Amino acid sequence: MGRYVASTAAEQQEMLKAAGYASFDELFAGIPEHVRLHQGLRIPEGLSEMEALARMEELAEKNTVFRHIFRGAGAYAHYIPAAVKSITSKEEFLTAYTPYQAEISQGVLQSIFEFQTMVCDLTGLDAANASVYDGATAAAEATAMCQERKRHTVLVSATTNPEVLKVIQTYCFGSNTPFQVIPAAGGVTDSDALREALCEETACFYVQQPNYYGILEDYQSLSDAVHEKGAKFIMGSNPIALAAIKSPSEYGADVAVGEGQPLGMPLAFGGPYLGFMAASASMTRKLPGRIVGQTTDHDGNRAFVLTLQAREQHIRREKASSNICSNQALCALTAGVYLSVMGKEGLKEAALQCTAKAHYLQKALEEIGFSLRYRQPFFHEFVTTCPTDSSALMAALEKEGFLGGLPLENGEILWCTTEKNTKQEMDALVSICKEVCGK
Amino acid sequence: MKLIFERSMPGRGCSILPPCDVPAADLTGFEREKELHLPEISENDISRHYTELAKQTHGVNDGFYPLGSCTMKYNPKVNEAAAAFPGFTGIHPLQPASTVQGCLEVLKQAEELLCEITGMDGMTFQPAAGAHGEFTGLLLIKAWHQSRGDSKRTKIIVPDSAHGTNPASAAMAGFTIVNIPSSPDGCVDLEALRKAVGEDTAGLMLTNPNTVGLFDKNITEITRIVHEAGGLCYYDGANLNAVMGIARPGDMGFDVMHLNLHKTFSTPHGGGGPGSGPCGCREFLIPFLPGPRITDENGQLSLHSPETSIGCVKEFYGNFLVVVKALTYILMLGKEGIPEAASNAVLNANYMMHGLSDLYDMAFEETCMHEFVMCLEKLKHETGASALDVAKTLLDYGIHPPTMYFPLIVHEALMIEPTETESRETLDEAIAVFREVYARARKDGEALHQSPSTTPIGRPDEVTAARKPVIRYQF
Repeated sequence: MGRYVASTAAEQQEMLKAAGYASFDELFAGIPEHVRLHQGLRIPEGLSEMEALARMEELAEKNTVFRHIFRGAGAYAHYIPAAVKSITSKEEFLTAYTPYQAEISQGVLQSIFEFQTMVCDLTGLDAANASVYDGATAAAEATAMCQERKRHTVLVSATTNPEVLKVIQTYCFGSNTPFQVIPAAGGVTDSDALREALCEETACFYVQQPNYYGILEDYQSLSDAVHEKGAKFIMGSNPIALAAIKSPSEYGADVAVGEGQPLGMPLAFGGPYLGFMAASASMTRKLPGRIVGQTTDHDGNRAFVLTLQAREQHIRREKASSNICSNQALCALTAGVYLSVMGKEGLKEAALQCTAKAHYLQKALEEIGFSLRYRQPFFHEFVTTCPTDSSALMAALEKEGFLGGLPLENGEILWCTTEKNTKQEMDALVSICKEVCGK
Repeated sequence: MKLIFERSMPGRGCSILPPCDVPAADLTGFEREKELHLPEISENDISRHYTELAKQTHGVNDGFYPLGSCTMKYNPKVNEAAAAFPGFTGIHPLQPASTVQGCLEVLKQAEELLCEITGMDGMTFQPAAGAHGEFTGLLLIKAWHQSRGDSKRTKIIVPDSAHGTNPASAAMAGFTIVNIPSSPDGCVDLEALRKAVGEDTAGLMLTNPNTVGLFDKNITEITRIVHEAGGLCYYDGANLNAVMGIARPGDMGFDVMHLNLHKTFSTPHGGGGPGSGPCGCREFLIPFLPGPRITDENGQLSLHSPETSIGCVKEFYGNFLVVVKALTYILMLGKEGIPEAASNAVLNANYMMHGLSDLYDMAFEETCMHEFVMCLEKLKHETGASALDVAKTLLDYGIHPPTMYFPLIVHEALMIEPTETESRETLDEAIAVFREVYARARKDGEALHQSPSTTPIGRPDEVTAARKPVIRYQF
């Protein structure tokens, strides 16, 4: 049996005696007999560390780790610089709790302050929080932020990632908030449908850039339409793309959110990931979750603290802006380290390479009969038709160590490239596709 | 110390990417206009920057961390080793089921083990934190009442000793909150509960052992009262470390609950996350669970979402790597190790309480569970040293302070949770420190207002921080 209890059985007896107890049973005398678990847990006996790790390794080896990944749809296989894992594995960062005690938590507090600054920089907005669970919950929390006394309805574009859309919808179910999906036309948000839906009760409209199909939508006119009706415009963004494309603030977004996973977090079967949130100055106090602020100590030294806590659950209870208390501090740290290592030029280079490669792959696939589904500008994902059965194609790719694009309904495929995909790899992918289609 | 932006020098950086091997794409019309200000720094300087930040961060590894309600136990290194296998880290969440059988088995095994430990029948790992698990559980309660056409059940009962997340989660799930007072013994006031329940009761949220560290002796009576009124019972699993393997929420009459894998099951807190707050429930609520469920057909695992599901509370399957860590821990402890951990968590708390109770006033004198609450009201009144002053003074001794000013029903509260992974010497040293701080308070209480004096910064000015918020660096 593995154990992390420090004291030996003999010590435990001495401690019991010292505290005035004859046995452990006496210690638990306060638990009524009829709810005690007398027969013990029906789970296996404990293992040594060596056995447990071997067991976990066996499970890990049952999974297929693809060498060549061309699938995104909300989780992206970017290159993670070596310094990222090394720095974020430091035990001080790993094993600390939420930095309630500022005097001994300046490191984690400062790292969050730096993260907030980077999020503001990327999104172009004024204020960011310390992060939330993931991009989808960030989107849902953003729609909650925009609720006003007479404005409740949440509008979401159908071009949003379905994982995100479902989470917003579920949060709206919770808060009894009217929720409406604005349909898409030709791979982009149907602007007429949006104008029709906007009304005095609209709280906000959520869109994503690039959208689920990888398309770059021109959101200026939609943003204007939303603001004309007095509602808030929320934009979800891919943070790496933001190094190259217009920021949410350049489109007039009131709130910007996104999935931070591309910033140094592994795919990890979907988590832990990172939700980032930023807002215009006037909405700072509506942000949910932790916020770190700068102040001074009594000697005038710069100091960082958790601040604006009057918004939060431990003070406001049922009147809080959200129930959230954890952020994803270690993931925010990861993003901060990633952005520092990539730097101003490196991040832009990664963004430009992602999109260059996607365009290269799209053209190569087009030549062998995978036509582009939507004739729209795109970033690093795009949808094609598939001249053959997409599941047969995926199986053939899988055999060669390729995770192909995500099969969508109607046999279409959502492809993705990142800076990690080489020309050689893409050429190999295309030749397998060609071979399968030729059969 | 400097901010990372203050170390930036134009033109510096790291060499990460090769030159692009394909032609550039045209982003005309979408190009970013505003320049970015991300740092330009050499890798060495980045590395030193974060090492310096790490030195100004106190983790469980740095010393005793008796932060009540947070279960700051040791985070075994084997958990990290398991979560670092490429067979877990390199898996795309949308891979075909046949290529992720190991991941699905992790989720399935963790669900089975945790269901046995809690007495629940099904569990989702989508929630990323305790509060997120609460929200999920409340949505299950809401969906269940709605499925029965029982739309008048709009109220959630919460005792005044509850964690702040409980009422906040209930509000997010669209419920009205009914607060009920605790009885003088710190437990649920049965009369107040009987008066509060009715046709509009959707459910009750309860932490047991409760936030003053006591197991509610009337627990089955409490859940019976709520059930008889037609409501459901929600168990806040924040304090499960005291009773795992000893008693189960399911056997106490609870219908739905959450766990904090980052508390009870030894996964690290990461300075505030990522955690994992799986939500478990009894059979009749399983059809409403969020996210895809795992099905097993002749050993082949796959995912499907029931039509009655409330939807999704998070992308994909939750904080998967955290579940990997917790599973590793449970496999190691096993059937004897789980109750052994709980027993020693309770022993350590009582040992420490005994070592302090002749000096400090305890909010409740009887045997505690895994944590106990001290009431410093008298000390403050007599010496001027508040709970905050005592907490800040502990910093100078390398001890992370207990949880302060919680629960709200105890004035000048300090809530101490030593956990089972601390040795007797550590507890003895901590007891000696607490006693010394007490003596200092008695001698000159006002002097403690100046504490701490050995930390990287002194007490920060929180009032100015909130009044004139500076929450980003201005370039």
